[in-house]
Amino acid sequence: MQERIRQPKTTSTDTSAPVETDSARHGESAEKIKSDIDDLLDEIDEVLESNAEEFVKNYVQKGGQ
Amino acid sequence: MPTPKICGIETEYGIFVRGADMTPMMASSLIVNAYSDEGMALRAWDFAGEHPDNDARDGWRPEADYPEIEMLMANTVLTNGSRFYVDHAHPELSTPECRSVTDALLYDRAGEEILRTSMARANARLPDGVEIVLHKNNSDGKGNSYGCHENYLLSRQVPFGALASFITTHFVTRQVFTGAGKVGVECRRDGEERVPFQISQRADFFEEEVGLETTVRRPIVNTRDEPHCDPERWRRLHVIAGDANMSECATFLKVGTTALILSLIEDSCFPESLRIADPVTEIRRVSHDPSLSHAVTLSSGVTMRPLDVQHRLLEAVTAWFARLDDDPTDGDGERIISMWGTVLDLLDTGSDDAATMVDWVAKKRVFDALVERSSLHVVYDRMRAIDLQYHDMEPTRCLARRMGLRTLVDPDDVVRAVSEPPRDTRAFFRGECIRRWPRQVSAANWDSIVFDTGGPLLQRVPMMDPLKGTESHVADLLESVGSVSELLDALGHDSVEPVADDPGW
Repeated sequence: MQERIRQPKTTSTDTSAPVETDSARHGESAEKIKSDIDDLLDEIDEVLESNAEEFVKNYVQKGGQ
Repeated sequence: MPTPKICGIETEYGIFVRGADMTPMMASSLIVNAYSDEGMALRAWDFAGEHPDNDARDGWRPEADYPEIEMLMANTVLTNGSRFYVDHAHPELSTPECRSVTDALLYDRAGEEILRTSMARANARLPDGVEIVLHKNNSDGKGNSYGCHENYLLSRQVPFGALASFITTHFVTRQVFTGAGKVGVECRRDGEERVPFQISQRADFFEEEVGLETTVRRPIVNTRDEPHCDPERWRRLHVIAGDANMSECATFLKVGTTALILSLIEDSCFPESLRIADPVTEIRRVSHDPSLSHAVTLSSGVTMRPLDVQHRLLEAVTAWFARLDDDPTDGDGERIISMWGTVLDLLDTGSDDAATMVDWVAKKRVFDALVERSSLHVVYDRMRAIDLQYHDMEPTRCLARRMGLRTLVDPDDVVRAVSEPPRDTRAFFRGECIRRWPRQVSAANWDSIVFDTGGPLLQRVPMMDPLKGTESHVADLLESVGSVSELLDALGHDSVEPVADDPGW
């Protein structure tokens, strides 16, 4: 399977105290949000297993607790 | 005055073998043994004190299908105080006892790294084309579920009936930020609508309000009364109604809000008007409505959206917490309250930022974008694949890592927590003894360690108080002794019990 490691583009590390809403994001235009999600879908296309749908079909687990 | 909220998280991982016909029990054993073969774990668990059939309801002894204790499967204790073992057909990692919610999150993350390491080591031993794949999820999408359980220390004085009825309100409504998201519905009830996407992985599997079972007829509140500490003083609430989270914010909030509300209940300050009339129905309805508009019916007949129930709980906790002298979550309380308010506001306003904190919102954002590009029918299979791969433990495949989730934990702290125990619970003594004397620790469990000094009898050191055996209690002692015999001498005869019968390890 062809895969390459890519750093997530938007992960932020918060080691400080409370999580605050990132005020910069509030100013984002609808176009920017749409472009972000398009980039994400492209990235998912790249790393989703080539036979992913077959894998889902075969994925059966024993029930646990 | 609430009990310190010692807490921990147990996670059963989904396991799948690609390229070979292997039972999940065998694959799970390969995973657990791959870790202990490297000398990073003690391969013995002491089953003394395990009573999964004890029911918290006084005098209640129903015919119940409690899990059998499986003594022959791989079962290890790690130097970080965790238990890593095969639970029936899944590898399971139980974090050590943690004094703070910050630590519970840290050791949950360390558990993920332990599973990743085990997966890589096990796969390196398998033939080309054969691979074990692990998922941190709770369902296979075909009606089979496995759990992510939380544990909280509570005073024995809290009446169990009131506790169960109050905390149920939180379990039904906290899904709005703890849900890991799922495509479709499992175990559909008569007359129930199909929904393409729901909030929780786990909500479809609850059939009772309160009960002892964990594998069938699952209850929202589990009555297993197995405190793993002094039963006269404490009980352990064993929570089975939660999703395994990939989002660190979701794990922090899941444990944090529950720890605070349980403390509120201990202080008799829970707003009783928020009791839910039919929790078994409502836990599914809340999960099946990602618009968050379904209003739950309270016992009073009033209806209220789950977000509004959560706002009320947050108000009650905030007012109560301001009057407290000691934070039961050891300094995490203000951060929990602040983040709780943030996530509720983000969900209430439909902000895109909720996708940085909440697993189901992160997944649904992708789902909605796919549906916009194509029809629901066309994207359904693809979305199920994305849903599953979101939880893949293999780092290059894991989609949760690419969703822009906020992180709260320093990666260097995770590396440390993989091998070192928390310093402020009895897990410190357990982990340190295993690190120092792996050949002389014969077995361990949550509330004792059994040593083999070479004498005729094994020696058990009980640890019935989860707040004793901390670094400040025992670090100097451990440093000052040169052997297990010296340690037992220093602890004194009152702290050691000879094990008369051969436990058969």
